[in-house]
Amino acid sequence: MNLDYSESEQTFREEVQNFIRANIPATIKAKIDARKKLTNEDYIAWHKILYARGWAAPNWPTEFGGTGWTPLQCHIFDEEIGLAGTPRVMPFGVNMVGPVIMEFGTDAQKEYYLPRILSCEDVWCQGYSEPSSGSDLASLKTRAVRDGDQYVVNGSKIWTTSAHWADLIFCLVRTDTKVKNQEGISFLLINMHDPGIDVRPIITMDGGHEVNQVFFEDVRVPVANLIGEENKGWTYAKFLLKHERAGIAAIGSQKRQLNRLKEIARAEQSNGQALIKETRFRDKISKAEIDLMALEYTELRAVSAANQGGVPGTEVNLLKIRGSEMQQKISELLIEAIGYYANPFVPDSFEAGWNEEPIGPDYAATLAPEYFNWRKSSIYAGSNEVQKNIIAKMVLGL
Amino acid sequence: MDFTLSDEQKLLKDSVDRFVAEKYGLDVRRALVASEDGFSRKNWETFAELGWLAIPFSEASGGLGGGPVEVMVLMEAFGRGLVVEPFISTILTGASLIEALGDDEQKAATLPSVIQGEKLIAFAYVEPQARFTLSDIITTATADGDGYRISGHKAVAFGGDSANHLIVSARTSGDQRDKNGISLFLVDAEAAGVTRRCYGTVDGLRAADVALKDVLVGPEARLGEEGDTFATIESVVDNATAAVCAEAVGVMDSLHEQTLEYLNTREQFGVKLGKFQALQHRSVDMFVACQEARTMTYVATLSLDKPRTERIRAVSAAKSHIGRAGRLVGQEAVQLHGGMGMTDELAVGHYFKRLTMIDTLFGNMDHHLERFAAAVYS
Repeated sequence: MNLDYSESEQTFREEVQNFIRANIPATIKAKIDARKKLTNEDYIAWHKILYARGWAAPNWPTEFGGTGWTPLQCHIFDEEIGLAGTPRVMPFGVNMVGPVIMEFGTDAQKEYYLPRILSCEDVWCQGYSEPSSGSDLASLKTRAVRDGDQYVVNGSKIWTTSAHWADLIFCLVRTDTKVKNQEGISFLLINMHDPGIDVRPIITMDGGHEVNQVFFEDVRVPVANLIGEENKGWTYAKFLLKHERAGIAAIGSQKRQLNRLKEIARAEQSNGQALIKETRFRDKISKAEIDLMALEYTELRAVSAANQGGVPGTEVNLLKIRGSEMQQKISELLIEAIGYYANPFVPDSFEAGWNEEPIGPDYAATLAPEYFNWRKSSIYAGSNEVQKNIIAKMVLGL
Repeated sequence: MDFTLSDEQKLLKDSVDRFVAEKYGLDVRRALVASEDGFSRKNWETFAELGWLAIPFSEASGGLGGGPVEVMVLMEAFGRGLVVEPFISTILTGASLIEALGDDEQKAATLPSVIQGEKLIAFAYVEPQARFTLSDIITTATADGDGYRISGHKAVAFGGDSANHLIVSARTSGDQRDKNGISLFLVDAEAAGVTRRCYGTVDGLRAADVALKDVLVGPEARLGEEGDTFATIESVVDNATAAVCAEAVGVMDSLHEQTLEYLNTREQFGVKLGKFQALQHRSVDMFVACQEARTMTYVATLSLDKPRTERIRAVSAAKSHIGRAGRLVGQEAVQLHGGMGMTDELAVGHYFKRLTMIDTLFGNMDHHLERFAAAVYS
């Protein structure tokens, strides 16, 4: 047993750090540092920079343009990207539908879609949840009816992140209503610019617009856009969910948040001293740091096992639960840290063009909205209740 | 011992509950939050007509001589409706300080117009470096002729945007955190040297940061003795703290009811969500938290007239407890609503935000834990 990264892994980490530092565009860096909203163009720009370096899809096999890195190198890469706070590579193409196409797609689908995912030619979104099908995903009702060499799709998807930016959506649709829920689902790729698709924004309680409801009315989709076999979509969906949840603990960005919390607790005053000197608050930060350490090394145990050739298993469910809880915990401590200045709400100040004096300290404005927004993380990607059901059933055999 | 409302208090409760149920739907509130004033002047007139603005003031001041229990009844209903009118700033802090410290002339000049709903007052006491420490004051008031010259920065003064007058705490002597040497001044919000930066808050209220630069006031602006107002500030703030505990109870009860309704409506896996034992237990945890929050609000409210240490013990216990209980109820309400709980469309998010921000008001759970400990163990 050995707790340390090898020398070559350390060198690799420095290489990643240096690359980020040298290549993050100044305009994007300025937005990140000032916690301004990022645009679709910012995400695409950073994706293309990584693509040019060959790093857009670290965990893809080299034959499809991946890096050939070990799982541990991928982890280091993700951690450094998170620590730097760069725009994340949107997961819907690279981490979700990409692996599904590789595993289950036809050669033609692989040849067409994979290079475009890699280069960010297309922006993707995920059509899973429906208004009546959340935790009970398999009950989904969006219908796809075969008509010659096309499917006609009717129905609605909800909580669709980035649908307003996306060119394509991968959708779970019902192709057979007469069988058990799980046996009548197919996995379909749909062009978001097709007629009959209507994207309506859902504003979340923090005032932000990330998610949407997508309506399909007689949308005609070529049968060639079906992944794998008709009515086998549930298998592909589950395969994808494992990929969706991998890396969800976001260790790097959580460390960045924790660092931010410490900086703020050093800057904030309480009874004439820095807030971080108050035992009561310092204990809370320490507990968060300890919990994050427990999460990090739990993930590293899994990554290290994979490094030695093991197959990733149900630890993703554990990481999803604890990762989301930690994101929420740190965001909770961040609003605690700033006291009264958690209150002001000036949404214009989140836009890049806004350059008035901030109200209160410059780090305060986004913290309450961020806290509200992070409540999503124990709900999305399979609620934590669903994750616990999976662990109880699959791991504990209950 | 008695935890029941008197007949008169029940009538008050019926009246304010009815107002909230009939006049304060989420859409109405949404429109008010987006309006220029951020609240309804018409509602405020109604409050005045119904006598609600007169409740905490003595009959000599033109009030109704109501006590903390009447305020609690009002505030709980305001919590249930997420009422945005500036009752805490104008009535529970602003005018209450004037009643406690003002001389007859000062009272006559302000209280009747406040009670009639014509004048709004905000208490500008927080400072950027002060966090929740009431005596942490850098703003200075130095003698100038027979009056004062006030300079400093006041942070997040709720209702400070619409107020006609600000009550500004300033140091006339002593060091930054001394309890002695703090004086209060009634300052015209439009006075020369006063600059208000007004904004909305994350929970739909309005506030202002107030910059005071060489603001000149006469001797008649001073409320109470020079340098000797801390005990009154603390007592008025304790009263207001108990009142926001009651508001939190209203918010929490509503969140729990909304959640129960959702659990009894939403179906997944062919059954109502409420049939899942894991969710039942969490709903029970919310129920327990609501019950205890109510208990602690009663304890605080009924201790406001007790000696200082006993009062602090009860008020800080309640605020700290409700900080924790409120966090549990708010977070669980959102979680049990799933994605719907995240939306701006549903009420639950709005209640959650208010409940979250109540913890920052008059000191958060840690502040009151420390204050409780200091009062009890010193």
